[in-house]
Amino acid sequence: MPQIAQIADTYSSQIFWLLLTFGLVFFVIGLGMVPKVQGTADARDAKISGDLDAAKAAFARADEAEADYRVRDAQNRTAAQAVVAKAKSEAAKASETKLAAADADVASKIAAAEARIQAASNAALAEIETVAADAARDMVARISGVEASEDAARNAVKAALAHG
Amino acid sequence: MAESGKIDPMHQFAIEPLFGTDHWSLGGFNIAFTNSALYMVLAAVVLWIFVIGGMKRELVPGRWQMAVEYMTGFIKNLLIANIGDKGRKYIPYVFSLFMFILLANLLGLLPLGLIGMHPFTFTSHFTATGVLAIMSFSIVLIVGFWKHGFHFFSLFVPHGTPIAMVVPLFFIELVSFMVRPFSLGLRLFVAMTAGHVLLKVLAGFVINSANASPALGLTVGTASFILMIGISALEMLVAVIQAYVFALLTSVYLNDAENLH
Repeated sequence: MPQIAQIADTYSSQIFWLLLTFGLVFFVIGLGMVPKVQGTADARDAKISGDLDAAKAAFARADEAEADYRVRDAQNRTAAQAVVAKAKSEAAKASETKLAAADADVASKIAAAEARIQAASNAALAEIETVAADAARDMVARISGVEASEDAARNAVKAALAHG
Repeated sequence: MAESGKIDPMHQFAIEPLFGTDHWSLGGFNIAFTNSALYMVLAAVVLWIFVIGGMKRELVPGRWQMAVEYMTGFIKNLLIANIGDKGRKYIPYVFSLFMFILLANLLGLLPLGLIGMHPFTFTSHFTATGVLAIMSFSIVLIVGFWKHGFHFFSLFVPHGTPIAMVVPLFFIELVSFMVRPFSLGLRLFVAMTAGHVLLKVLAGFVINSANASPALGLTVGTASFILMIGISALEMLVAVIQAYVFALLTSVYLNDAENLH
């Protein structure tokens, strides 16, 4: 086994070169380069976790803004509904008064027209009486030759119209 | 080896100095640049190239940067799971340890023998794994005594120990603690050695049975070859798992030093 057979000849060379090479590895690579490599990885990890935190915070802000928006939206909706309801009731009231006024106007016009119609029909009736009385006197005079008085003719006509 | 008709499954672990560096020495100690040292340098260079790809530092990473960050993140999670947030400061050490061992294990599995080179796994030498284990253990000791002083010895007396049991338990726990560097270093060494030996033994079966007779080659040789394919895949898994176990145990031990119960 050369490990044992050669130990007396080689141990010093083995130890010397191992210490030299491993020392170089440790000081140049281990202490000089590895911390930079690890630092890069750590910086990346820190950046990733920082970015994730920022994204989480942004999410939270967005949620907050949305909740805020919902609240304001609901408020605006109720306010708008109140305005609409008020306008509706005002419009209804205004149209009611207008309708009442128009009704009153129409009623008075109808009453006047009815009064006029009444007057016209009264006048017409009176005319008919006169005409009828004249006709009755004429008929009496022609038939009996008696001159009937105007009053008698009128009463007779009235009685006939009343019984009509 | 093959020309002698005998295949030595241990030859792969032989350390050979390269290109006239035989007599290099430092304070009387031989420090020849060997094939083992070459693979250590290769592991370091490959790791360096790998990590350079992760240095682009882009916010949206490419594949390579992603791979490097995956590895550092893997070690970071391992340390945080075992030690807690205080474990972050051990990322450079445990990352270096894990990747160095992982690349050593994987580079040693490359089929470079096919083009006449000598693939070598320095983690199959306890002189190398022992240094790594002692290094991890020393860090545990230094951190433990630095943070807790002599109170660190309370690690050897678990909570709720009856008074009569304190002294025996102290010694049992002390032994189990002192065994840690050995188990840490030997585990890696044994796992790598065993797997590589097994692969070479099976490869020897294939070659020797085929040389003996076509019938044997077709039966024993084919069966061994199929087994080798499976074990090669298993060895890649073992290469990763052993590197992971080394890093995991280091972080578990560091947790003892850092948090002390």
